[in-house]
Amino acid sequence: MSILINKDTKVITQGITGKTGQFHTEKCIEYANGKNCFVAGVNPKKAGEKIFDVPIYASVKDARQATGATVSVIYVPPAGAADAIWEAVEADLDLAICITEGIPVRDMLVVRNKMKAKEAAGGKKTLLLGPNCPGLITPDEIKIGIMPGHIHRKGRIGVVSRSGTLTYEAVAQLTELGLGQSSAVGIGGDPINGLKHIDVMQAFNDDPDTDAVIMIGEIGGPDEAEAAQWCKANMKKPVVGFIAGVTAPAGKRMGHAGALISGGADTADSKLAIMEDCGFKVTRNPSEMGKLLKSLL
Amino acid sequence: MKIHEYQAKELLRKYGVVTPRGIPSFSVDEAVKAAEQLGGKIWVVKAQIHAGGRGKGGGVKLARSLDEVRKLAGEILGMQLVTHQTGPEGQKVRRLLIEEGADIKKEYYVAALTDRATQKVAIMASSEGGMDIEEVAHNTPEKIIKVFVDPLVGLTDAQATELAKGIGVPEASIPQAIDAFKKLYTCYMETDASLAEINPLILEGNGNIKALDAKFNFDSNALFRHPEIVEFRDLDEEDADEIEASKFDLAYISLDGNIGCLVNGAGLAMATMDTIKLFGAEPANFLDVGGGATTEKVTEAFKIMLKNPKVKGILVNIFGGIMRCDTIATGVVAAAREVHLSVPLVVRMKGTNEDLGKKILAESGLPIIAADTMAEAATKIVAAVK
Repeated sequence: MSILINKDTKVITQGITGKTGQFHTEKCIEYANGKNCFVAGVNPKKAGEKIFDVPIYASVKDARQATGATVSVIYVPPAGAADAIWEAVEADLDLAICITEGIPVRDMLVVRNKMKAKEAAGGKKTLLLGPNCPGLITPDEIKIGIMPGHIHRKGRIGVVSRSGTLTYEAVAQLTELGLGQSSAVGIGGDPINGLKHIDVMQAFNDDPDTDAVIMIGEIGGPDEAEAAQWCKANMKKPVVGFIAGVTAPAGKRMGHAGALISGGADTADSKLAIMEDCGFKVTRNPSEMGKLLKSLL
Repeated sequence: MKIHEYQAKELLRKYGVVTPRGIPSFSVDEAVKAAEQLGGKIWVVKAQIHAGGRGKGGGVKLARSLDEVRKLAGEILGMQLVTHQTGPEGQKVRRLLIEEGADIKKEYYVAALTDRATQKVAIMASSEGGMDIEEVAHNTPEKIIKVFVDPLVGLTDAQATELAKGIGVPEASIPQAIDAFKKLYTCYMETDASLAEINPLILEGNGNIKALDAKFNFDSNALFRHPEIVEFRDLDEEDADEIEASKFDLAYISLDGNIGCLVNGAGLAMATMDTIKLFGAEPANFLDVGGGATTEKVTEAFKIMLKNPKVKGILVNIFGGIMRCDTIATGVVAAAREVHLSVPLVVRMKGTNEDLGKKILAESGLPIIAADTMAEAATKIVAAVK
């Protein structure tokens, strides 16, 4: 088992004809059951054509109707990415995964509030993962996104992080220690996003095939603290925590749009303290995430 | 991206927010001319730098005659203005704003910013204007009123009234305050700002509401659709190395330590900095080479790091995913040769084609120290610089 996706998930790729979309779609098709999972692409100008044997449709709605796909992955460039997310939501998909980095914050604010208004009016809820994220993977079943598939191994540890390469770091440590992953989820480095740490922790808690979780955060924003508070009351599984940015100066954006210390509560030190308080095993040494988790099993 | 006060006020005026009349000046003569043009008997000479706390640092002065304008402009232009936001070396003042005096009866605070938790726009106001808002938030949090604006709806009359009443604007001036809040919100949204702050927003003796000082930050991801904002950019106020790095699509921030680091991915880059500190040294920079690092990019990254005279060693930490370790290794070797690298270099590579990458480094004939983990890499570079 896994969270959010598995070998039977059917995926639409939005932005399949762009350079990034093509490159990663090919890798995703090659991974595990990908050939059967990636069933459609979207490009209004190229409807009826095919790429890697994947049929292209004019819209997400058309692609959904033709293939029954319930998940989309978005590689559309920043200026049009929020519209692409909204198209997936309007097509009533279960999950939209937005890889695109550099979407204006205002566009994300508007689309997130449109999504909430749709739900409040009784419309179908579409989950959003990202933007500015590597995607997610359920090893040996399906990979949706840009992570290197070969470092993963099927298993029972969940990984969630705002950062791409730091997720890979944690995954590689686990794999080297013989611990596989149930799912590894990148929630992205932007300030306004969809699924947060807390949502993914809930999913791992509910997943019978996840035994423990590595939760990785970074400076900026309240998400890690919220997730930790939730875990304190609800989490039944051991959690290892790491926060990047102990050495980051306040007021400077550290690469990710959301990695910015803007008060006293969103420094790495205060997040680490809250996580420790809430029962996480935290480490300040990112090379030890895997070992620490192994020691808890 | 940040802009100057006079530019922020220009924007606010464009959206109908009332500000004192003022003219930016780049020389003493211009300053005097500006004061003459403004007329009146009292002027404010304001240093324009991208940092707060200018008043306390001696960068904002009142002049009661044109001679005094000349004298103060001469003193402030060219000074190294030190504030709590500039660091001890201060920032050189190259521009002034000459403004008419204001009859301040009361100072308020108002700002618009994006609230991550609610995913709405927060409008924050306080009766304690003219002060550092972080201090107010810390000491008297009850004096800060916040409303959360749904971008699909906009700032409502009810919310704007709640803010105006909440901070104690007198009854007669409430309509003006509401108007100012709404215009501030519109300006914030339409310019893709990430912060729009008026501090202080003043009540004048005659009951008028005016923006006496203003500060804006903008979402760099949205600048592509705001050429008018990009024109406000003042490169003199930015770190030269950070500007140089951005030309090569490198995210670089200089820090105070002596170990340069080059990493792919923002989170891993921070984790690498943290590891350096954990093992007893301090990072000299944050540097994310991003996903598509070419030999050229890696070479530029080395050049930028080595411009910093404090750098005594370099740690390269790459997790090869889509980017292969052999590509990076080739880039590192070429870069080290091109810059005639004379400080110790530790390289840690992991992921796709790791072995091939290590082989390229080992066979390069360069004194590159290899490491398998981040911790080992940090230990080795810290030992090498001591």
